[in-house]
Amino acid sequence: MLRLHQNDQPLDPQSPLAIRGLSVSYGEKPALFSVDLTVAPRSMTAIIGPNGAGKSTLLKAALGVVPRLSGQVSIFGRALASERHRIAYVPQRASVDWDFPANVRDVVLMGLYGKIGLLRRIRRDDQAIAEDALARVGMQDFAHRQIGQLSGGQQQRVFLARSLAQNADLYLLDEPFAGVDAATEAAIISVLKKLKDEGKTVVAVHHDLSTVTAYFDHVAMINTRLIAEGPVAQAFTTAHLQEAYGGRLATAQIDRLREAGHY
Amino acid sequence: MGIMAFTLTYNVALVMFGAGVLGVAAGVTGTFMFLRKRALLSDAISHATLPGLCGGFMLMVALGGTGRALEGLLLGSAISAALGLLAVNFLKSRTRLSEDAAIGAVLSSFFGLGIVMLTLIQNMSAGRQAGLDQLLLGSTAAMLREDAEMIAIGAALVFMVGLVLHRAMTLTAFDENFARALGLNVPLIDAAAMALVLAVTVAGLKIVGLILIVALLIIPPVTARLWSNRAAYIWPIAGAIGGASGLIGAGLSSLAPDLPTGAIIVLVAAGFFLISLLVAPARGVLASAMRHRKFQRRVHRRQGLLALAQGYRILEPYTRKLLQREGCVRADGVMTERGQSAATAAQRDEARLAYLRSKPDYAEFLSRHDGLSDLSRAFTRDELAHIDIRLEDAS
Repeated sequence: MLRLHQNDQPLDPQSPLAIRGLSVSYGEKPALFSVDLTVAPRSMTAIIGPNGAGKSTLLKAALGVVPRLSGQVSIFGRALASERHRIAYVPQRASVDWDFPANVRDVVLMGLYGKIGLLRRIRRDDQAIAEDALARVGMQDFAHRQIGQLSGGQQQRVFLARSLAQNADLYLLDEPFAGVDAATEAAIISVLKKLKDEGKTVVAVHHDLSTVTAYFDHVAMINTRLIAEGPVAQAFTTAHLQEAYGGRLATAQIDRLREAGHY
Repeated sequence: MGIMAFTLTYNVALVMFGAGVLGVAAGVTGTFMFLRKRALLSDAISHATLPGLCGGFMLMVALGGTGRALEGLLLGSAISAALGLLAVNFLKSRTRLSEDAAIGAVLSSFFGLGIVMLTLIQNMSAGRQAGLDQLLLGSTAAMLREDAEMIAIGAALVFMVGLVLHRAMTLTAFDENFARALGLNVPLIDAAAMALVLAVTVAGLKIVGLILIVALLIIPPVTARLWSNRAAYIWPIAGAIGGASGLIGAGLSSLAPDLPTGAIIVLVAAGFFLISLLVAPARGVLASAMRHRKFQRRVHRRQGLLALAQGYRILEPYTRKLLQREGCVRADGVMTERGQSAATAAQRDEARLAYLRSKPDYAEFLSRHDGLSDLSRAFTRDELAHIDIRLEDAS
């Protein structure tokens, strides 16, 4: 099933993130080819697919972090440039050097950059926003901790707190559960579900198929091309999983995954 | 004679001021390169100034001038440094060479070309008095007032641009993807940083010279890193160290006019670095050694107390010495009354810790404790009472 780029179809103005005909390549090999995606408002969408399927690239290209070869992106029906302040992006934890000279609060305050800009002093209300964001991820006691001294799970929470400080409407997270402890995973998912309850939209690159049905209500399955998108019940099917992962998943495994959502 | 002495002092003060402002600008500019892990790129930029410097001189002589006009020399060096930078970027993006290899190739090629040109110039009749070689290592002996002013103004401009951009630069250096997602123009910020390095190099040609300017860019932020774990403080500390090095170095240089000024300034900066390496509290060698020693003492003390609690005698001499000093054991290694209560407390703490570790819900709570010291240091009395109740329930 190959969806081709259709220029005459307008991008959904209701969707927090609508993508049409997106292609990206590193060198000559396409990382993403003609991907269409319409994220439902107030949804929690998992982007899943095998390693090297272009999951992270999809988020990065949607945000202009990596250049796109072709395709359009609209944020709440408008151009990315005018809506950036409504997006919070959480990059992969491993993409930064945690030995960087900064403490936890410094990192969270980076989320306020869009608000305070180049030169304005950091005021008490900015500090309050940062403290509140840390409290929401259970890290209020760590504000002055050197980031190099944090565990992997704590680092991930700090990244999440930074995005909360942005007070965005659309949250894009790249593998928020990668390499974190069980307590952190539970804390993160509860924060994300609260965001959804507040009417925000959450999109996360996700690698653990066993938790898809428990954590998310929508799913976008990709393997360079889009395989399926939609509510979990319709898109997270045996046929689609087999198409995305090929022989990497046995049918028995897939059945177990599907059942996981119905306990 | 008195008038002579006065003018001399005035000139020295002027040069010191220029070198000080240059040092501040270099420290601030170098901080971004250091945080961005591209410190070596400044080395390529500074060495790539030499062919342009010589080219500028040759062109001015060919046009009938003496070739000594500083503006012409600076313009030439800025152009060739920019070319060197483009060459590094080209090699990095269009070939499979990594940045450090590209820097090595460009740095040595440009510098080699520059040395050949410099040798040719020194064989020319006009070249002999030009004093171009002084721009390699810096000299303040024949410095004019206008030169010092030009350096100070240029460096002050660099400092101000750095001040405006430092927050965006810190963000870019820590998390480039996040910066791009916020809409920051990362290539522009990098280009601005290169332009600042180039400006510092060119402004510093006369005083520090092109070979050693890289030291004034790198040593201050590296030194500042020893003093602080926060980028927000590293910027001003690096600026202060750079400024102090320039000021003191230029002052010392006036006492020894035969020595190249750049070398003296860099040695002063290196002095700051060495002292900081020893005594800085954040990452200095002494502080690290003391922290390690203190940690080792706590490990031995804890191990000793737990051994006592289990009825063993302390055989390890260091452990025994520690516990003896505290009055927990006698000279023969036998436990005292005081040792008895400390050992019991240690054992109770171990039981509490084992309980907390077995419950994943307490992981966050537990991370307040370092795993070694008395629990009463990390937790309140109420919290400990709470743990003890759970512990009793469990057993």
